[in-house]
Amino acid sequence: MNAQELYEKLKKVQEPKGYYFNKDRELVFELLEGLLANKERYGHMSCPCRLASGDLEKDKDIICPCVYREPDVREYGSCYCHLYVSEAWNNETIPHVVVPERRPVEKMF
Amino acid sequence: MTDEQDVTVYALSTCGHCKKAKELLNECNVSYDSVEVDLLDSEERQAVLEDVKALNPRCSFPTIRIGEKVIVGYREDEIKEALGIS
Repeated sequence: MNAQELYEKLKKVQEPKGYYFNKDRELVFELLEGLLANKERYGHMSCPCRLASGDLEKDKDIICPCVYREPDVREYGSCYCHLYVSEAWNNETIPHVVVPERRPVEKMF
Repeated sequence: MTDEQDVTVYALSTCGHCKKAKELLNECNVSYDSVEVDLLDSEERQAVLEDVKALNPRCSFPTIRIGEKVIVGYREDEIKEALGIS
Protein backbone atom coordinates (compact mmCIF):
# COMPACT_ATOMS: atom_id res chain seq x y z
CA MET A 1 0.00 0.00 0.00
CA ASN A 2 1.25 3.47 -0.78
CA ALA A 3 0.53 6.67 1.12
CA GLN A 4 -2.22 7.75 -1.28
CA GLU A 5 -4.04 4.43 -0.86
CA LEU A 6 -3.63 4.63 2.90
CA TYR A 7 -4.98 8.17 2.84
CA GLU A 8 -8.12 7.15 0.93
CA LYS A 9 -8.68 4.12 3.12
CA LEU A 10 -8.33 5.97 6.42
CA LYS A 11 -10.27 9.02 5.29
CA LYS A 12 -13.28 6.88 4.51
CA VAL A 13 -13.28 5.34 7.98
CA GLN A 14 -12.15 8.26 10.14
CA GLU A 15 -14.01 11.26 8.75
CA PRO A 16 -17.47 9.93 9.58
CA LYS A 17 -16.20 9.61 13.18
CA GLY A 18 -15.27 13.30 13.24
CA TYR A 19 -11.52 12.83 12.76
CA TYR A 20 -10.30 14.74 9.74
CA PHE A 21 -6.92 14.72 8.11
CA ASN A 22 -5.08 17.96 8.69
CA LYS A 23 -5.51 20.30 5.75
CA ASP A 24 -1.71 20.58 5.68
CA ARG A 25 -1.45 17.90 3.03
CA GLU A 26 2.35 17.85 2.97
CA LEU A 27 2.48 17.09 6.70
CA VAL A 28 -0.24 14.44 6.35
CA PHE A 29 1.62 12.60 3.61
CA GLU A 30 4.89 12.72 5.53
CA LEU A 31 3.13 11.20 8.51
CA LEU A 32 1.42 8.56 6.34
CA GLU A 33 4.84 7.66 4.93
CA GLY A 34 6.00 7.39 8.54
CA LEU A 35 3.14 5.03 9.34
CA LEU A 36 4.07 2.86 6.36
CA ALA A 37 7.73 2.91 7.41
CA ASN A 38 6.74 1.77 10.91
CA LYS A 39 4.55 -0.98 9.49
CA GLU A 40 7.53 -2.13 7.45
CA ARG A 41 10.08 -2.14 10.27
CA TYR A 42 7.92 -2.98 13.32
CA GLY A 43 5.06 -4.88 11.74
CA HIS A 44 2.52 -2.41 13.08
CA MET A 45 1.58 1.16 12.26
CA SER A 46 2.77 2.85 15.40
CA CYS A 47 2.62 6.60 15.80
CA PRO A 48 5.26 8.29 13.62
CA CYS A 49 5.79 10.97 16.28
CA ARG A 50 6.69 8.58 19.07
CA LEU A 51 9.52 6.15 19.56
CA ALA A 52 8.11 2.64 19.28
CA SER A 53 9.66 -0.38 20.93
CA GLY A 54 8.74 -2.75 18.13
CA ASP A 55 6.98 -4.93 20.70
CA LEU A 56 3.31 -5.05 19.76
CA GLU A 57 2.13 -5.36 23.35
CA LYS A 58 4.18 -2.38 24.53
CA ASP A 59 3.24 -0.28 21.52
CA LYS A 60 -0.46 -1.10 21.67
CA ASP A 61 -1.49 2.33 22.95
CA ILE A 62 0.43 4.16 20.21
CA ILE A 63 -0.77 2.19 17.22
CA CYS A 64 -2.41 4.79 15.01
CA PRO A 65 -5.04 5.95 15.73
CA CYS A 66 -3.58 5.97 19.22
CA VAL A 67 -5.67 5.82 22.37
CA TYR A 68 -4.73 9.46 23.08
CA ARG A 69 -6.26 10.79 19.87
CA GLU A 70 -9.77 11.03 21.29
CA PRO A 71 -8.90 13.16 24.37
CA ASP A 72 -6.34 15.20 22.41
CA VAL A 73 -8.73 16.09 19.60
CA ARG A 74 -11.42 16.85 22.19
CA GLU A 75 -9.11 19.12 24.22
CA TYR A 76 -6.82 20.64 21.58
CA GLY A 77 -8.56 19.97 18.27
CA SER A 78 -5.64 17.83 17.09
CA CYS A 79 -3.90 14.57 17.84
CA TYR A 80 -0.32 14.64 19.12
CA CYS A 81 1.05 14.39 15.55
CA HIS A 82 -1.38 16.90 13.97
CA LEU A 83 -2.40 14.10 11.61
CA TYR A 84 -6.02 13.89 12.76
CA VAL A 85 -7.76 17.11 13.63
CA SER A 86 -11.24 18.46 14.27
CA GLU A 87 -13.22 20.44 11.73
CA ALA A 88 -12.62 23.54 13.85
CA TRP A 89 -8.83 23.06 13.58
CA ASN A 90 -9.01 22.87 9.79
CA ASN A 91 -11.36 25.86 9.69
CA GLU A 92 -8.94 27.76 11.92
CA THR A 93 -11.66 28.73 14.34
CA ILE A 94 -9.49 27.42 17.20
CA PRO A 95 -5.82 28.21 17.85
CA HIS A 96 -3.24 25.78 16.49
CA VAL A 97 -1.36 24.76 19.60
CA VAL A 98 1.42 22.27 20.26
CA VAL A 99 -0.27 19.17 21.65
CA PRO A 100 1.61 17.98 24.72
CA GLU A 101 2.49 14.31 25.12
CA ARG A 102 -0.32 12.61 27.01
CA ARG A 103 1.19 9.13 27.00
CA PRO A 104 2.19 8.21 30.56
CA VAL A 105 5.95 8.34 30.97
CA GLU A 106 6.09 4.81 32.41
CA LYS A 107 4.88 3.45 29.06
CA MET A 108 7.85 4.96 27.25
CA PHE A 109 10.46 2.46 28.33
CA MET B 1 22.55 35.57 17.34
CA THR B 2 25.23 33.65 19.18
CA ASP B 3 26.96 31.50 16.64
CA GLU B 4 28.84 29.45 19.18
CA GLN B 5 25.76 27.87 20.74
CA ASP B 6 25.89 24.15 20.70
CA VAL B 7 22.66 22.82 19.19
CA THR B 8 21.52 19.19 19.16
CA VAL B 9 18.23 17.89 17.83
CA TYR B 10 17.06 14.49 19.02
CA ALA B 11 14.51 13.44 16.45
CA LEU B 12 12.60 10.60 14.86
CA SER B 13 12.96 10.02 11.14
CA THR B 14 9.18 9.70 10.76
CA CYS B 15 8.05 12.68 12.82
CA GLY B 16 6.63 15.81 11.22
CA HIS B 17 7.41 18.08 14.17
CA CYS B 18 11.03 16.94 14.12
CA LYS B 19 11.28 17.76 10.43
CA LYS B 20 9.75 21.19 10.95
CA ALA B 21 12.17 21.95 13.78
CA LYS B 22 15.13 21.06 11.58
CA GLU B 23 13.75 23.13 8.73
CA LEU B 24 13.50 26.11 11.07
CA LEU B 25 17.12 25.68 12.16
CA ASN B 26 18.14 25.41 8.52
CA GLU B 27 16.23 28.57 7.64
CA CYS B 28 17.95 30.34 10.51
CA ASN B 29 21.35 29.11 9.25
CA VAL B 30 22.03 27.36 12.52
CA SER B 31 24.42 24.45 12.44
CA TYR B 32 23.34 21.57 14.64
CA ASP B 33 23.87 17.92 15.36
CA SER B 34 20.93 15.73 14.56
CA VAL B 35 20.32 12.29 16.00
CA GLU B 36 17.50 10.22 14.53
CA VAL B 37 16.93 7.99 17.51
CA ASP B 38 14.64 5.49 15.78
CA LEU B 39 17.35 4.65 13.24
CA LEU B 40 19.96 3.70 15.86
CA ASP B 41 20.65 0.08 16.74
CA SER B 42 19.29 -0.95 20.12
CA GLU B 43 22.54 -0.50 22.05
CA GLU B 44 23.17 2.98 20.66
CA ARG B 45 19.52 3.85 21.06
CA GLN B 46 19.60 3.00 24.75
CA ALA B 47 22.67 5.15 25.31
CA VAL B 48 21.18 8.11 23.43
CA LEU B 49 17.85 7.73 25.24
CA GLU B 50 19.69 8.21 28.51
CA ASP B 51 20.93 11.56 27.17
CA VAL B 52 17.46 12.51 25.99
CA LYS B 53 15.92 11.49 29.31
CA ALA B 54 18.36 13.70 31.17
CA LEU B 55 17.15 16.66 29.08
CA ASN B 56 13.49 15.69 28.82
CA PRO B 57 12.27 13.00 31.23
CA ARG B 58 9.26 12.30 29.01
CA CYS B 59 11.61 11.44 26.18
CA SER B 60 9.39 12.90 23.50
CA PHE B 61 10.55 14.20 20.13
CA PRO B 62 11.93 16.50 19.00
CA THR B 63 13.99 17.31 22.06
CA ILE B 64 16.20 20.23 21.15
CA ARG B 65 19.15 21.39 23.19
CA ILE B 66 20.27 24.92 22.44
CA GLY B 67 23.21 25.75 24.66
CA GLU B 68 21.87 25.34 28.19
CA LYS B 69 18.23 25.46 27.11
CA VAL B 70 16.02 22.52 26.29
CA ILE B 71 12.96 22.83 24.08
CA VAL B 72 10.53 19.97 23.71
CA GLY B 73 8.42 19.90 20.58
CA TYR B 74 8.28 22.20 17.62
CA ARG B 75 7.83 25.49 19.44
CA GLU B 76 8.95 28.04 16.93
CA ASP B 77 8.96 31.05 19.25
CA GLU B 78 10.87 29.26 21.98
CA ILE B 79 13.42 27.92 19.54
CA LYS B 80 14.02 31.38 18.09
CA GLU B 81 14.21 32.91 21.53
CA ALA B 82 16.78 30.34 22.65
CA LEU B 83 18.76 31.10 19.51
CA GLY B 84 18.54 34.79 20.29
CA ILE B 85 16.78 35.64 17.03
CA SER B 86 13.24 36.27 18.19
